[in-house]
Formats: sequence, C-alpha cells, structure tokens
Amino acid sequence: MKWQGFLAALFLLAGCSAGGKGARGPDLDVILAAGPAPVLSDYGLFSDVAGAVPAQGVLPYELINPLFTDHAAKHRLVFVPKGASASFNAEDVFSFPVGTVLVKTFAFAPDMRVPDEGAYRVETRLLIHKTEGWAAYPYVWNEDQTEAVYRPAGKRIDIETVSPAAETLQLRYAVPNQNQCKTCHQAGDAIEPIGPKARHLAHEGQLTRWVEAGILDGLPEGVAGEPYAFDVSQPLDARARAWLDINCAHCHKADGSASNSGLWLPATEQTGARIGLLKHPVAAGRGSGGLKQVIVPGDPDASILLYRMASTEPGVAMPELGRSVSDPESLALIREWIGAMETP
Amino acid sequence: MSIRLRALGAAVSVLAFAACSPSTTEPPPPAGEVPAPLSAEGDFGATLQAALIAAKPGETILLPEGVFQLTDGLSLDVDGVTLRGAGQEKTILDFTGQEGAGEGLLVTSDDVLLMDFGVRNTKGDGIKSKGADQIIYRYLTVEWTGGPDEANGAYGVYPVESKNVLVENVTVRAASDAGIYVGQSDNIIVRNSVVEYNVAGIEIENSMNADVYGNIARNNTGGILVFDLPDLPVSGGNSTRIFDNEIIENNTRNFAPAGNIVASVPSGTGVIVMANRNVHVFDNNFDNNRSAHVLIMSYSEPFTDETYNPLPRDLVLRDNDYGAGGDDPQGDLAPLAAALGGQLPAIVWDGVDRWGEGEPQAMNIAVEEASEVGFISFGLGRYPIDPAAMAPSPERPVAVAAAEPAAVVLPHGDR
Repeated sequence: MKWQGFLAALFLLAGCSAGGKGARGPDLDVILAAGPAPVLSDYGLFSDVAGAVPAQGVLPYELINPLFTDHAAKHRLVFVPKGASASFNAEDVFSFPVGTVLVKTFAFAPDMRVPDEGAYRVETRLLIHKTEGWAAYPYVWNEDQTEAVYRPAGKRIDIETVSPAAETLQLRYAVPNQNQCKTCHQAGDAIEPIGPKARHLAHEGQLTRWVEAGILDGLPEGVAGEPYAFDVSQPLDARARAWLDINCAHCHKADGSASNSGLWLPATEQTGARIGLLKHPVAAGRGSGGLKQVIVPGDPDASILLYRMASTEPGVAMPELGRSVSDPESLALIREWIGAMETP
Repeated sequence: MSIRLRALGAAVSVLAFAACSPSTTEPPPPAGEVPAPLSAEGDFGATLQAALIAAKPGETILLPEGVFQLTDGLSLDVDGVTLRGAGQEKTILDFTGQEGAGEGLLVTSDDVLLMDFGVRNTKGDGIKSKGADQIIYRYLTVEWTGGPDEANGAYGVYPVESKNVLVENVTVRAASDAGIYVGQSDNIIVRNSVVEYNVAGIEIENSMNADVYGNIARNNTGGILVFDLPDLPVSGGNSTRIFDNEIIENNTRNFAPAGNIVASVPSGTGVIVMANRNVHVFDNNFDNNRSAHVLIMSYSEPFTDETYNPLPRDLVLRDNDYGAGGDDPQGDLAPLAAALGGQLPAIVWDGVDRWGEGEPQAMNIAVEEASEVGFISFGLGRYPIDPAAMAPSPERPVAVAAAEPAAVVLPHGDR
C-alpha cells in the first residue's frame, strides 16, 4: 500500500519535472491574479503536489499551539517572494509583503495516534496577500490525492478516525466556505492571518530560521513564545491563556467577528470582565446552557465558557466553525484553569 | 394648543398605521432587470452559497419558490447585493437539519437588501448582520415552527454593530430571546412588522437613534424592550421613539434560557425601558398585558464598566391607550405586586434612583398620561434590592419632558 503510494508519487514527480508547473516554483502571476486558480497545483507552491513536496523557497513552519480542528493534522507552509520579507511585530501579525502565501493542509489518518500511517489530505487553505489585501481560498483534495480543487462553497466530509485519546470518531468534518474563512480571519474590514505572530511562532529557533531564509526582517533578541498549552511544567494560567488565544481570540477580539460580545480573549487582554470573569452573556441564547456567567472563578461547571467548549450542538458549540467534536484534553485544561481561580 | 396638535398627530398616525398595516400590504414587484432565479435542482445550499460568494456589487440573487433544506449556515460578504425570494411564505430556507454555524444567514457587507423569503428552525440566530451598514430586512419571515421552546435560536432578525438599519414588514415567531433585536447600532427604523410568541418581541439594545413604529407585538413574554447593558464595546444607548404600535397580550411564558438578560422579563409586560436615556413612548395601544403595560427599571446586576449608567433617564410616556392589564403580575413583579394587593397599574417603576454608594440621581421620568392612567413606583431606592426598603408610591415623578429626538432618516430607505 505504502509502496504503491511511493511509486505513484515518483511517477507524478517524474511527470512534473518533465515540464509540469511545479518544477518552476511559485508562480507570482497566479498568486497575484484577481481570482483563485482552479486547482492547487497551478500556484507552483509544490514541486510535487501529490507528494506534498514544497517547491524551493516554500518553508514549512509550525505554531506552538494550533487551533483544534477535529484532531486534524495540519501542515503549514509559508512563501514570501524573493527579495521581500515580512517585518517583525511584537504583538500583531507580522507585516507580510504582497505575494506572500500561507498554505495550510489538513490531513487525517485512520488512527491519529499514528498520524503518519495511512495519512490522507482533506483540504488545503491558502491565504494570499494580494495587492489589495489578503484573500482566503479553500481547496479540497481529490480521492486519488493527486490534486486539490477550488471549492468556495465548502463541504461536509465523513471521516472515521481514532483520536489521540483512543476514542473512535465519526466526524462530519466541515471544509469551510470562503466567507467562513473570512469570519475567523476578520480584522475590522480587512482579513489577515491568525497564526504568524511572534508569540505563536517563537520556539525551537523557528524565527531565526525565518530570518535566515529571508522571510522575516527585524527580529529582536530574546523573543519568547507562549508556552505549549499541554506542557504541565509551564504555569497553568499562561497555558490556558495561550490556548484561548489561538482557539478563540481570532473572533473574540476588539476587531473580530465576535467583537460585539465584549468577550475578548487574546493572551494580551488584561481586563477581568473582558476575559469573562463574572461576565453576563449578551447574545448567548441557548448557548448559555442555563448558566449565568462566562467564567465563575473556582466553578468550571457554572461557567458558560466551558459549557460551550464541550458542546457539539450548532448554536451552542464554540468555536462556531471548525469542529464537530470536542477535545477532552482542551476541556481538561480549561476546567483546571477555572477551577484553580480564587473564588470571589 | 399642544393637546390639539397631539390629537392631530394621533389621527395622522392612525391613518398611517392603517396604510402600513402589515397584514394588508404586499411587497412591490421587483424593479429593473430581473435575473433568473437560482436552480432548485441538486444541492441548493451549495448553489446558493456559491452564488453569494460569486456575487458582484449591485447584483440581485433571486431565490426560486419552494422549501429548501439547508445543512449549514449561509453567508454574504459582498456589498450592494439584493437577495430576494418569491415571497416570505413562498421561498423557505429550512435549517431543521443544520449541522454548523451560529445562524442561518450571516451578512457582513454593506448596502444589502434581503427580502421576500422565510428562514425556519435555525439552530442559532435566524438572520444576523454584523458591521453591515445600510442593511434592509423587508418582507421576511423568521420562525421556529414548534412554537416557544428553550431550544429555539436566540434572535430572529439580528443586526448588530451597524449604521442605518431598516427592518420592515418582517414577521418573527418563537425566538428564545428577541424576535427583532438591534444591538450596538445607530440610526434604526423597525416598522410595520409582526412579532409574536417570542420572549422579547422587539429589542433595541445599546443603540442610538431608533424609531420603532407601526408594529404589532403580541403574545410575546415582553412586547418591546429598550435596554442598555454594561461591559460592551458600544454602550450609552439613547434616543429611541416607540409609537403607534399595537402591544397586546404579551403573556407567553418566559422560555429564555437562564443567563440571558431577557430571562428575567416578567411574562405579561408591554414595554420595558431598562437603563438607557431619552426614550419616548407615545400613541401606542396597550391591552391585556397581565403584569404591566410599561415597566421602567434599572440594570440590577453588578458591573465593572465605569462609563455605564444603570438608570433609565429622560423618559417620556404620553398619549398611549391602556386597556385591561396588570391583573396577574408574573416573575419578579409577582411578590412586589402581592405586597400591593396583587395587581399593578399600567405604568410601573422600580423606583431605583442610585447605585453603589452613589447619591440619588435626577432621572427625569415624565409620565404625561391622562390622569386616570395608573402609576406606581416601588421606591426601591438602590440595588441590591432590600424588600424592607420598598416604599411604594402612586405619585408620578416630578419631571420636565425631554425634547423628542427628530425622526430617524435613512439614506437608503427607498431602495
């Protein structure tokens, strides 16, 4: 089985190098075109699309804490056009030059405890910095895993897998539609990337590698990232805030799509009521679960935040997009965090 | 002089009401070039969502007649688009099998017109628009067909953080929070609509400059609410006029899930003004609201927002018709009414005029109703409530009626 895939990949690789688009590297005409390309291979971001081999100048990267998306494995790539680079920002997203592409591929395996065995790609999302701002395009992989096709209206895909905690899962995995991409990536009237901020990237020398690769400019000394949320050797409060930052703050921020809730969850937010301490909900509806406050210090079971994280019901579940099951590990973390808060 | 002018105003508004009565008007036919409706064949949700994404500014997307089962939320993010069905009872987007998203349809672009379709049984809110200026909701029906139920979505029609909002000839039934909810917005008209069997019929919250008129609010828990809440990006709500509405029989049990502010609305209230400033309630017809026709109250929960004022100020009540009501007060009003013999007059004020350690405030609540219209203040003074401190009084507060805000003018109302 694995051999077949390998041979197929070799075959395709040969096909590509014999004149396929991939061999030429990223194609700025396609990247900066007014609309999306019909298929992923058109961009030239991979030297071998089927084998997921990035083209030269396209760099893999990882976030310290990824957003939970139904246990999907995520493979991230960044491309910045030659001669340009992103400028460092201590708090916000780096300022990336026009022509930048952020690539995120979502993959599953029959058993996510061994995510590389029998892995298959489901979708690849592109965030492209066009001349007039960022654009988000979703691509869905074909069954043969040879190409991904532009799919603006989104899609539900049935996936069977086993979670890292050994639960058998029947997922109704949602590929977002193009507007839903914007819902999470909204920053005021614009859209922007979520992940590539210093606090999400600064680990294991990654930012130094970005500088060496010419992707990043102006990196100061000693930039520290957030702790890994499940590294119990780190302080609980910082871990929980890091988790909320990457899983919630893309909408729950002053210029995000949940701004009107007044519940703002970036790790940098300092006001108690803003992060939900004893805060009454505004428009929660049945999302309140009959509970009265977002976070009741010391009482996780009375906290709407945890209730909505645990739910899989549309209209209740948070985040609203991007998951059809809940994550026991995340629930345990937030439960512990609220439980450890001093009772008012 | 002023009485004659008011009588004239009332006569004119009765005529206006007759002309705009939601049950008798029909939407005008589409103007200009009309495109072909979307195909009803195949996966309609995907067809519609693709059309919403591909739309160009100025484009009209026409929905075919029929009932369409949708499994995911829809969204529109293109300015200047019209989304139009074959009629609010003819094109139905049915979300009974919804698997994701917080609402049925989300609009995040400006200058959008939604009309002539229905939205049914969404898991969360019905139609939401956020940061969408110059939006029109017209001849739409949003409902939960099982009737009042805690599991229904919160809001039927839900514009938030917007400027220039028009909601007209809309019908909303059985929302578990508010049928028509306008929040954190400015320059708003809600008119000629029918809201029934919701917890709140119409709610204007943390908003400025709203005209609410010609509506029928019946069989809700509370008819029309004007609130201001703390700890939100936009607060200091002010300048709302509520006039020429039928606010009757809002006696449905409160089915809002606990934790939501409307969960405390006593069943049987007509209009509630909570916190907020410069609210004018006139020429409405109140009848058979079993708790109270008008309830004036302060925000009673603890808050940390230093800019927030939890008291209602500069309120004017005048020239309303009050029928039977107040005969069976519910919720938090029940024990207070019990101490007064079990019934409440048309207009009820909690009598809270200060909070924390603060001094009493001049609230300027002007009750300019006919002398036979009943009024009571519970004289509660401050929160948290101490029942022993209750000092009921039928005396109307001394006040000078605040100047009425000018009529709301929308730049896009004729579109």
